[in-house]
Amino acid sequence: MLECVPEGPVEHTIGKINPAKTCQPIGAMYAALGIHGCLPHSHGSQGCCAYHRMHLTRHFRDQVLASSSSFTEGASVFGGAANLKTSIKNIFAIYNPEIIAVHTTCLSETIGDDLPTIIKQSEIPEGKRVIHTNTPSYSGSHITGFSNMVKSMVSYLAEATEPVKKDQVNILPGFVNPGDMREIRKIVDEMGIQMIMLPDTSGVLDAPQTNKYALFPDGGTTVDEIVDTGNSSLTLALGSWASDAAGAMLVEKCNVPCIPLRTPIGLKATDDFIMTLKEKCEVDVPKSLTVERGQVVDTLIDTHFHYQGKKVAIFGDPDIVISLTEFVLTMGMIPKYVLTGTPGSRFETEVRKMFEEYQVEGSIVKADGDLFELHQWIKEEPVDLLMGTTYGKYIARAEDIPLVRVGFPILDRAVHPLMPITGYRGCLRLIEMVSNTLLDRRDRDASDEDYEMVL
Amino acid sequence: MEITCSQVIGGTNSPCLAERQNSIITAGKTKNRIHCADDSIAGAVSQRACVFCGARVVLNPITDAAHLVHGPVGCASYTWDIRGSLSSGSEMFRNSFSTDLKERDVIFGGEKKLTLCIDEIVQKNSPPAIFVYATCVVGIIGDDIIAVCKAASQKHGIDVIPVESSGFISGNKIIGYRAAGNALIHLITPKEGEIIQKTKKINFLGEYNLGGEKWLVERYLREMGIEINVACTGDSTVASLKQVPGGFLNLVQCTGSMHYVARLLEEEFGTPYIDVNFFGAYNTSDSLRRIAQEYGEPHMIEAAEHLIERETERIRPEIEYYRTKLTGKRAAIYVGGAFKALAIIRQLRELGVEIVFCGTQTGKPEDYEQIHGMLNPGTVMVDDANPAEIERFLIEKKVDIMAGGVKERTLAHKLGVGFVDHNHDRKDCLAGFDGAINFAHEVYVTCCSPVWKQIRAHPDWEVYHE
Repeated sequence: MLECVPEGPVEHTIGKINPAKTCQPIGAMYAALGIHGCLPHSHGSQGCCAYHRMHLTRHFRDQVLASSSSFTEGASVFGGAANLKTSIKNIFAIYNPEIIAVHTTCLSETIGDDLPTIIKQSEIPEGKRVIHTNTPSYSGSHITGFSNMVKSMVSYLAEATEPVKKDQVNILPGFVNPGDMREIRKIVDEMGIQMIMLPDTSGVLDAPQTNKYALFPDGGTTVDEIVDTGNSSLTLALGSWASDAAGAMLVEKCNVPCIPLRTPIGLKATDDFIMTLKEKCEVDVPKSLTVERGQVVDTLIDTHFHYQGKKVAIFGDPDIVISLTEFVLTMGMIPKYVLTGTPGSRFETEVRKMFEEYQVEGSIVKADGDLFELHQWIKEEPVDLLMGTTYGKYIARAEDIPLVRVGFPILDRAVHPLMPITGYRGCLRLIEMVSNTLLDRRDRDASDEDYEMVL
Repeated sequence: MEITCSQVIGGTNSPCLAERQNSIITAGKTKNRIHCADDSIAGAVSQRACVFCGARVVLNPITDAAHLVHGPVGCASYTWDIRGSLSSGSEMFRNSFSTDLKERDVIFGGEKKLTLCIDEIVQKNSPPAIFVYATCVVGIIGDDIIAVCKAASQKHGIDVIPVESSGFISGNKIIGYRAAGNALIHLITPKEGEIIQKTKKINFLGEYNLGGEKWLVERYLREMGIEINVACTGDSTVASLKQVPGGFLNLVQCTGSMHYVARLLEEEFGTPYIDVNFFGAYNTSDSLRRIAQEYGEPHMIEAAEHLIERETERIRPEIEYYRTKLTGKRAAIYVGGAFKALAIIRQLRELGVEIVFCGTQTGKPEDYEQIHGMLNPGTVMVDDANPAEIERFLIEKKVDIMAGGVKERTLAHKLGVGFVDHNHDRKDCLAGFDGAINFAHEVYVTCCSPVWKQIRAHPDWEVYHE
């Protein structure tokens, strides 16, 4: 691992080495787990489904159930229609979910299976639902797959059934942890606003131990709630990469206006989220949130000298990385390298704009990048801190740089999916992680005479 | 107890699939042979993987090779350094190379991109060999990876070896093991005019050096005067694998993945093979004795006996301690192959634990016969179990501890059942005499953890539901 990146500049223009993204279907599977009583179904080879379940299980440390069309050579030649029909029949017979959310794979996409037609021809018990989304693994990333699945939830299920829009808001949280979804819900609840969160993996992937095993845990957005998103008076799409498509679909299909916002990570993005709710829903910001914000500012003041001016490399999924970049700028740090594996040049445009705004020079931003490149940049000019997923640990070790684990996937630490990085509570957690990580490093590196009790 | 279709599965009150009936049998009560190695039923939440997965786990431990996954990025991402194979040298194998096929490659073919990726890897890292793994899409669009690899081999003067591992070929990892086996044979077979001299050294097939297990066995064998030529594939290098034909004897540990290769090596180079198993003290002793006998040299047999006696004595007090803690506990086993299942059955028995449920993902009929013979009447055996079946038997059989892989862990934990990882995720050495202690310790830690007492904090409290 440590020897793959040679000294000095070497051209790397083709393929990926140590990718900073994965494929669409896992994002679709994660989104589908946020529907109550839903069994995600992978229309492809068994391996895909097994890998996605394993990967999600390793990150969330919770049970991830999903079924597969179990393609064989025959299905790959003659098409997967029979496999999907049999699957739908079997799934309702054995697992009896409320809804099946089918996503495709590179295999079924390349074969060209026509899912809407196959689903129409399938036996679906009364009151049950089958939805689908297309997730060709050869375009976009897991974030694209998440976005596509949430969009399909809306296009299949949301309906404007009421003549007048209800006093309720749709919140599309994007690809964040269940702990973040809880935090976002807590904020909206405290403001006294009726909401539907779509999807909502809290209670599914951070489910409590109950001594009983439930195929379908208590959490998740119910099908009725998804239908009802069409009656809401507003949608807040948090994180444009994961949520804009579903927000736009709600506008188009149900005439629910949508405001795109950044994922509420960091002070400014959280402020924007709360102020938008305040304005649009005409409510007051409760004292509890004002206190929380004051605590964040107070903590920033108490700790700014620990991290101000430090150079940081940030990598991960675009929505999270964009908000994180803004927050480290607020903290007075220098985002030296900002990278996402997800393709799309608007990521670069947005981050560059922040660089300009904060007058940061000499920083690099890249979409559709990989960790080989990031490692090369760091070798050329090192940073003080790395923020990203578990995959950063090799660079961290090779270059002896501390790593703050944030994003998806984190495969070598526990508890993180329950702890928010969103909202003001999330700001405090990020400040604590960044500041303590740097101080731990300082303690580790201090000579005996410089080793201090009070820092 | 016969399992019939009308019985409920899990908490869903739904009938189990009639098709699954023959995949579940009860030891001592059923005369039928278990149905296994069938394809999984469409729509089942199977724990099984695919051909690519099987091929990848076998070849990936080759430390100084570059492993290039030809396909969209996912297959490379999910298999990036997921197995704890340790290396004493190169760490090249722990990088994840992908051709990252995009839409236009799928339409126009990915051969050119593959060639360019190989060129770039050679230029940057000059590895002694590159394995090129085919994924589903590559199989469908018909990229001729054999031709690309051949041309690249000639161009760069290194081994560029195709692995025909398109996932859809089968949901059974064994087919992937075979694809990997063919790639290995490709690498091992001497080039024309090359002669590999026979030695008295041993090849260790189906050993992946998880937690340094190969190194441990190497110490034992060295004490007996036997050197390991090379392990396939734990801590191996491309150069060392080319010496495989020089082996005196092939030991086959993971039978599922390596019997195929052992047979080919016997045909091709006349190297005999024996099955060994270094999991648990009993298996380790037995294997060491049989290896010594194959050599037939009295001093080796004597050294083996001396080693076995010393090590058995050394670990006895600790094993006894754990045995007093674990006697009477009930265990479920659900692992990839029969090799592992058999090893775990023996070890748990040595600790006084009773086996009440046993299943595998890829067991063959003869494997199940063997497992059947080792189990007490009433033990349930299931091939390719789905979570609902595992759940049902964990509850019904009042299981205290489950041995399995990553996907079973959370299921066991949610039911308040202890769990021990006997799969790729494990980090501790479970082989040999030291491994027997490590395994006993792991079983003890999870079986006797104070956490289980916290499940019901107060008898009056309702179990928390949201």
